[in-house]
Amino acid sequence: MTPSTTSRNNTLRRLLRVVIPLAFWLGVWQLAAFFIDLRTDGHGALLLPAPLLVAGRLGALAGQPAFWQAAAVSLGRIFAGFAGGVAAGALAAVATSALRGADWVLTPAVKVIRAVPVASFIVLVLLWAPTTGMVPAIVAGLMVLPVLWGNVSKGIAQTDPLLLEAARAYRFGRGKTVRLVYLPSVLPYFASGCATGLGLAWKAGVAAEVLCQPKLAIGTQLYRAKITLETPDLFAWTLVVIALSFLLEYALGLVFTRLGGGKR
Amino acid sequence: MILIKNITVRFGEKLVLDRFSLELPEQGITALSGPSGCGKTTLLRVMAGLQPVEGGYAKLPPWPVLLFQENRLLPWRTVGQHITDVLPRDRRGEAGRWLALVELEGEENSYPSALSGGMGRRLALARALACGGGLILLDEPFTGVDAPRAARILERVRGLGTPVVLSSHEKEVVELCDRVIPLKGPPLRQAIF
Repeated sequence: MTPSTTSRNNTLRRLLRVVIPLAFWLGVWQLAAFFIDLRTDGHGALLLPAPLLVAGRLGALAGQPAFWQAAAVSLGRIFAGFAGGVAAGALAAVATSALRGADWVLTPAVKVIRAVPVASFIVLVLLWAPTTGMVPAIVAGLMVLPVLWGNVSKGIAQTDPLLLEAARAYRFGRGKTVRLVYLPSVLPYFASGCATGLGLAWKAGVAAEVLCQPKLAIGTQLYRAKITLETPDLFAWTLVVIALSFLLEYALGLVFTRLGGGKR
Repeated sequence: MILIKNITVRFGEKLVLDRFSLELPEQGITALSGPSGCGKTTLLRVMAGLQPVEGGYAKLPPWPVLLFQENRLLPWRTVGQHITDVLPRDRRGEAGRWLALVELEGEENSYPSALSGGMGRRLALARALACGGGLILLDEPFTGVDAPRAARILERVRGLGTPVVLSSHEKEVVELCDRVIPLKGPPLRQAIF
């Protein structure tokens, strides 16, 4: 087999791994929609619209500038919250790992944040935040913070003590030890925390938008679709959330692959 | 003079060095020989200042550097980077010299995962040597390295002119040293030298 044939086979296999599950689940969705439509005398779209109907609505929505504005603003807002949560979680982890005082003060606070239901946060932040647009970002950040804190703390704790001793013996100094030993050791934990946190940020951020109703937001559109019983629109906006989440996760994966240096 | 006087080291209940004393001339290559677990590694760690001791004192040349029993390489750094990481900024160009000393020329861009066991050991040795210091401490430096190559490298290490204390199980390596200190333990009590 020539290298080009092998490469073509690999591409085909990768393509099939996407197409086959997608076709399977679209088929399941279509069948379920068909049977619900039969049992509700043609009103099935109210409960479960067929994939083609949703695709049609998505196409129609995509033709309106407001669609792109809402998607972009939601994306920016939730990503800002995610980034803030990542930074705060990572800094808290460094502080609690390095300083006993910070550990005593911050650890219980982070554990409380982790235990508080997202709905409580949304309502509380809604009361305190100066604008409704800030609520989804803050809530998304609060959901991400404990995940990053837990993962980065674990990464720091699991850094090989033998490598740290070698760094001391070879007189690396604090900065070089952080750069050459701690950061590469913590990176896989950080990446895993970001992947988990991103999913949480989207779920919590959109839920906050649904409750807070900012002017331009995917959550607001979801809420409108629900109260006007436009179930195909509800599905279409949900697909947008899924697509944006996948897109961000993919971009983040690329960044971490580059940072991790795939050459090891 | 390298002097260790009345040093005691204990791991929990286990006494490894019991008021141990040792005196060595500050030149040439000294081999510590003895069965596994007799305390050679602990003694080298004490000399490197990495092992907390209960009592006694040591008078050693400044900045002793230790080659650990394990390679302790960084999987994310290349062979060349392992050397430049321990060199001062103005001496980074010397990396090739240290790699040549352990016969690792041409491997500058390889990662540790691509090296054989013996090559990894030689890289760890080159890093410790490049780090510099007034005393070189080598814990089993030639594990996985064939005897003729080990002999060649040891002669080059001798040429550096820095006193060396090493522990080794390989008879061929021990025979090349200037003096051998047989150790019996644990606990190590008195060096028979």
